[in-house]
Amino acid sequence: MKILVCISKTPDTTAKIAFADNNTKFAQDGVQWIINPYDEWYALVRAIELKEKDPSTIIHLLNVGGADTEPIIRKALALGGDEAIRVNTEVSDSYYIAAQIAAIAKEGYDLVLTGKETIDYNGSSIGGMVSELLDINYVSLATKLELNGSTVTLNREIEGGEETCEAPLPLVVSCQKGMAEQRIPNMKGIMGARTKPLKVVEPIAADILTSIVSFELPPAKAGVKLISPDNPGELVKLLHEEAKVI
Amino acid sequence: MSVLIFADAADGQIKKSSLEAITYGVDLAQKIGATASALVLGKVTDDLSALGKYGINKVYHIADEKYNQLDARLYTKAIASVVSTSGTQVLILCNNLTGKSVAPRLSVALKAGLVTGASGLPDTSNGFVVKKAVFSGKAYANIKIPTATKIIAISPNSYKTVAGEGKAEVIAAVGSDIAPQVKVTSTQKVTGQVPLSEAELVVSGGRGLKGPENWGMVEDLAGLIGAATACSRAVADAHWRPHHEHVGQTGGSIAPNLYLAIGISGAIQHLAGVNRSKVIVVINKDPEAPFFKAADYGIVGDAFEVVPKLIDAVKQFKGVA
Ligand SMILES: Cc1cc2nc3c(=O)[nH]c(=O)nc-3n(C[C@H](O)[C@H](O)[C@H](O)COP(=O)(O)OP(=O)(O)OC[C@H]3O[C@@H](n4cnc5c(N)ncnc54)[C@H](O)[C@@H]3O)c2cc1C
Repeated sequence: MKILVCISKTPDTTAKIAFADNNTKFAQDGVQWIINPYDEWYALVRAIELKEKDPSTIIHLLNVGGADTEPIIRKALALGGDEAIRVNTEVSDSYYIAAQIAAIAKEGYDLVLTGKETIDYNGSSIGGMVSELLDINYVSLATKLELNGSTVTLNREIEGGEETCEAPLPLVVSCQKGMAEQRIPNMKGIMGARTKPLKVVEPIAADILTSIVSFELPPAKAGVKLISPDNPGELVKLLHEEAKVI
Repeated sequence: MSVLIFADAADGQIKKSSLEAITYGVDLAQKIGATASALVLGKVTDDLSALGKYGINKVYHIADEKYNQLDARLYTKAIASVVSTSGTQVLILCNNLTGKSVAPRLSVALKAGLVTGASGLPDTSNGFVVKKAVFSGKAYANIKIPTATKIIAISPNSYKTVAGEGKAEVIAAVGSDIAPQVKVTSTQKVTGQVPLSEAELVVSGGRGLKGPENWGMVEDLAGLIGAATACSRAVADAHWRPHHEHVGQTGGSIAPNLYLAIGISGAIQHLAGVNRSKVIVVINKDPEAPFFKAADYGIVGDAFEVVPKLIDAVKQFKGVA
């Protein structure tokens, strides 16, 4: 079993969101970077759990990004995984990134795991694009993943619940909460990560289908209207008459 | 020019979020001088000609039962073939589970630029630019789609459905002859509750509620106003509530008309998933709780005193007391 886990770098969840260059770029000054939580907590940890059950499993981590993502890749390797590959490019169009991943994924991986989305662009697109480029199956928003030979049993989110489904390998899965629990790397992992192979490859030629024109911040809230705790009836009245939501 | 809206169904009926996508597609068609058609896959019980009342002229229907379960690869082949034969320039989907599974595949299959999680009609004054929430709702990005065919997946509950009069022509279409490979073996639905992703009203609880045994009042309040229930990550991590109720940066991202938060501090990661809500109400005993800064209405008080009183007030308002 060979698993490819896609890892991306995102700003820390507490990072201040501001824009530079006339609102065309995310202002990176002072921003701490983390592994996208969905990639780390769910996709990567589930892959590690599968390897713990079957030690012959091989896990490769894949990042499409510049050299500045290497600390993030090492951090992921400290959690687990045998080696990492970085495709050396900084373009942010989903199709372009998916094309890079597909070029690697077609070299004999059974399972390709991604997070359900990145917490910066919230595209939720990469896994689906990779699966179409490879013409293989895709199960998105999975909350559970079990292997039985060449079949995978998964739970995925549906409106108001979950459904259980079965799919053959090879398969692309986007992972979310429920799949695994967050782990903290231990000292052995951190030491070991330093010597694990991190291969850098150059990107393939691929199209760019979209481009970001500008960013904007949402309008600020007018300020909270406080209601006395002794008179919740006033809240009901305001929600009905002023906010018109009930 | 023509706009095609892929409308997905559950239990034989077109989903509410897809009706929103239909209204969005019809408004877009009007804006760019195009016609709007819809595409439905699988057997349905709804009368599809009734989609005409949302402004749809034609409904393509592939009535094969194999589409009653989501197999993204199969769906992609069927939708892509209708896009090609109908001469569609803009394809609209809802950014729900189905949309998230098939829109990216269609982007590849049709070599069409895709914007997921769109929140408004495109700006066509200079190219074709679509606005979407990014950084988990902390900002918006305007994204240009320069390709000949374009795909937009709109956020659930970000566009209001408008119905009028009219009847659509239903055209039987054929899908591909490949067999499904992803097979649904069972479904686990939370019955009697409004699904969180489609809910217009949401009542949410945090660690301030002390334990799962105290959720009765949250459910009562939600039941009274027809709201879905949600919770903070701390609550889901403690297994007080199921995972799918967790909202925030690393849980569900929602944009209901009303988000009522009880005993939630309003950490930046929590706000990220809910700050697109139209109206936010916060009940918290700490006047310094960060959530009040993001709220429209607030009550500083102990939830165990305030919420029962609020339930009484709602009952009175609804005339069920
Ligand atoms: C990487 C990362 C991702 C995260 N993602 C998410 C996410 O997606 N969603 C999320 O929710 N969190 C997320 N968090 C966690 C977040 O930072 C907070 O820890 C969490 O939201 C706190 O949950 P809470 O508000 O329920 O609990 P607390 O922070 O413990 O707040 C409880 C609140 O209840 C109030 N209270 C107590 N008793 C009462 C009472 N009797 N009546 C009224 N009010 C009362 C208190 O004043 C307090 O404000 C994330 C954190 C990290 C680091």
